[in-house]
Amino acid sequence: MSVIAPNFKLSEFIKSLIDNAFWFLLIGVLVGLPAVFIVLFVIELPIINGELLTPFLALTWMTDPTRILPIVHAFMATDLFRVMIFPGFGFAALLAAGTIFAERKMLAKLQLRVGPFYCGKFEGILQLMGDGLKLISKEIIIPAKADKPIFWAAPVLFVAAAASFVAFIPVAPGWVVADVDVGLLGVFAVIGFFPIITILSAWSANSKFPFIGGIRALFQMVSFEIPLILSLLGVVMLTGSLNLSFIAASQSSFPWIVFLPIGAIVFYITMLAELERIPFDLPEAESEIVAGWLTELSGMMYGLVQLGTYLKLYAFAALFVVLFLGGWNGPMVVPPFPAELLANGIELGPVTANVSGLPLFTQEMLNGTLWFVLKTVAVIFFILLPRGVFPRIRIDMLLNLGWTKLIGLAFVNIFIALGLLYSGVLGPGGLQ
Amino acid sequence: MTAQLPPGLALHKVDERIMTLNVGPQHPGSGHMRLIVQIDGDYIVACDPDPGYVHRGEEKMAEYRNYVTNIPHLERPVIHDSCNILYPYVLGVEELLGIEVPERAKYIRVIASELNRCIYTMYWLAIYGIFLGHSTMFMWPAGDRELLIDLMEKMTGARVTHAHFVPGGVRNDLPPNFEDVCLRQVNYFEKRIKEYAAVFYDNPILVSRTRDTGVLSRQDAIGYGTTGSVLRASGVDYDLRVKEPYDVYDELDVHTNVMKEGDSYARSKVPWLDMIESCNIIRQTLQKMPKSGSVRVKLKPNPKTKGLESVYKRVESGRGSLGCYIVSDAKVEPYRVKLSVPSFRNLIALPNLLRGEKLGNMPSVYWSLNYWPVEADR
Repeated sequence: MSVIAPNFKLSEFIKSLIDNAFWFLLIGVLVGLPAVFIVLFVIELPIINGELLTPFLALTWMTDPTRILPIVHAFMATDLFRVMIFPGFGFAALLAAGTIFAERKMLAKLQLRVGPFYCGKFEGILQLMGDGLKLISKEIIIPAKADKPIFWAAPVLFVAAAASFVAFIPVAPGWVVADVDVGLLGVFAVIGFFPIITILSAWSANSKFPFIGGIRALFQMVSFEIPLILSLLGVVMLTGSLNLSFIAASQSSFPWIVFLPIGAIVFYITMLAELERIPFDLPEAESEIVAGWLTELSGMMYGLVQLGTYLKLYAFAALFVVLFLGGWNGPMVVPPFPAELLANGIELGPVTANVSGLPLFTQEMLNGTLWFVLKTVAVIFFILLPRGVFPRIRIDMLLNLGWTKLIGLAFVNIFIALGLLYSGVLGPGGLQ
Repeated sequence: MTAQLPPGLALHKVDERIMTLNVGPQHPGSGHMRLIVQIDGDYIVACDPDPGYVHRGEEKMAEYRNYVTNIPHLERPVIHDSCNILYPYVLGVEELLGIEVPERAKYIRVIASELNRCIYTMYWLAIYGIFLGHSTMFMWPAGDRELLIDLMEKMTGARVTHAHFVPGGVRNDLPPNFEDVCLRQVNYFEKRIKEYAAVFYDNPILVSRTRDTGVLSRQDAIGYGTTGSVLRASGVDYDLRVKEPYDVYDELDVHTNVMKEGDSYARSKVPWLDMIESCNIIRQTLQKMPKSGSVRVKLKPNPKTKGLESVYKRVESGRGSLGCYIVSDAKVEPYRVKLSVPSFRNLIALPNLLRGEKLGNMPSVYWSLNYWPVEADR
């Protein structure tokens, strides 16, 4: 008999599970399906391919791949799919979750320990889910003197800003949520929101440690935005465009890091500072100011800020890839979709299914996504690495670094770009 | 406000720019104590350390127990350095009772005390690392410390609170084959801690953060009465193992590590150098130790001292000179036991070191003083 739950019996547990499933199915069949059918009878049904979509037809379509695939295609063409799933939030959140797991395991290997180990069958892979459940189930405590509406809104705004940052990132040719001509400018605008949200959250908590942390975050982000923007000007000069898709496509033969290594280094360092990662995690320096501007956040509010932070991390890494490492460009490694399947159909024993609408994704899109993800993971690795190697630096050293050294290096980078442009190495008749 | 204040008290107006921070007792950067820090922007204008949250009355408790049963609770203030905090007490009781300790026991005591110094310093170093935001430097010492803890477990049977020193020697003889295991583990340990230089002590960010912060001049270090690594980091060549050798330290070649800078960096580096020196001492001890012999003088149950007499003994612990003053009045219990602990002496320098520093330097200056809050409160 287990000590943790003395009244636990496996047979009763299984019985309760079966009972729950039974009642769920029963109520679903007796109430849910009739309700769906009543609704379908009342509303005006669409006509697809010349056929009226009756409930019966809808149910038969669910089992017919030749009918489903066009619907999936149609769904994939919508903005909803792009925002929610592929180049947008879902894809980014998946990579962010992977980043958290990789960070914990990687640091553990560096520091002679095992990291998350028990949750999930393989190497604690479900630890993040466990942490999320814990954060959701915790009580949210708000300081009595806090400015409550702003305090509530700040974490949500933080995630929203991070997610809108993700929207500008082109993952594969044509696969981007917001394909705007001023994409890079939009990115700068979104980055400009983060210090405002941080200081709002810190000030509204009405507490000393968040206040100091918020002021530090403000100093850090505002003073590092200037070298951040300046370091990207070189790329803009060479391509002559602010459109991120165009910038990624322009690097088909050489990535810009070959010509502008100084700009890439400056952008990498400012990226660490904007992300508040060690060695620039002064706004969350726990031995001085507890957790900085996150001190009063509890439960899922803290969880939301963490989610936003890692979304932001992914977005910055992806921006580095798009601007300096050539985005989706890379050798074609994904094999083409087998043509005989399209011509002859798929043989399933006695039946041969002729499925129209295949392939779902083009070869270029899969290959571009593969290269983009590989490069992004590599950049994320280099963002995570300093945490195991460096201690935290001090605010005066940080400001000194940002205002003197990095801005100077960014100008050197701009002059290199100008030199490349006017000497004819790049541009018409040049290398690229 | 118009009421007449009692003589000697005065109201002083607080500047509105000044913010008072309570760093502790529930703060990741304080330990079991509170620092009342007043900051003007990013600069600390005043700091008032407020220890006493873990006062346990060890000295009073010692007056109600006899000389041997005092041992397990007197090591509580610094459980990581438990052999060294018992050392002066045991030396004092031996002098009061007039016991001559066997030669082998003296060497075993030196081994235990040096191993304990390393265990304490590794723990201290781990916290110093995490105070500076260097999580690898938290995990590595905490892991490598296990080597020495395993050695101490072999030697004494307990991992942390050993209660190994008793008046008249040590509790048990060494287990068989201990010398070989000890030599191997200590050699590996020394190789390991020398690797810390690459990731921590030579790290450019660490050096630029701790250089010239919290500078304690040689004159001030002597004037405040600081001891141990703090004193040696300010350029004072003072180590009780050399200056007032106890047990068999006079037969060993002990090198004193001195740095002249007196800043946080020097104060954090001297204990690390001391650990390497401890490894040398352990190797010498293992060579010179008699291979067999008695390790303990048999005492009568409840030994009594002769009359009203007192003794003061001090040793070099992981934090500095640790003294114990015992007054006996011909009973089975001591009349008074006073521990003079190095942590409390080193803390006195803290307000003067922090005044005018930046808030970001507070953790590194505070912890570089080699301060252990529980020991200071006793």
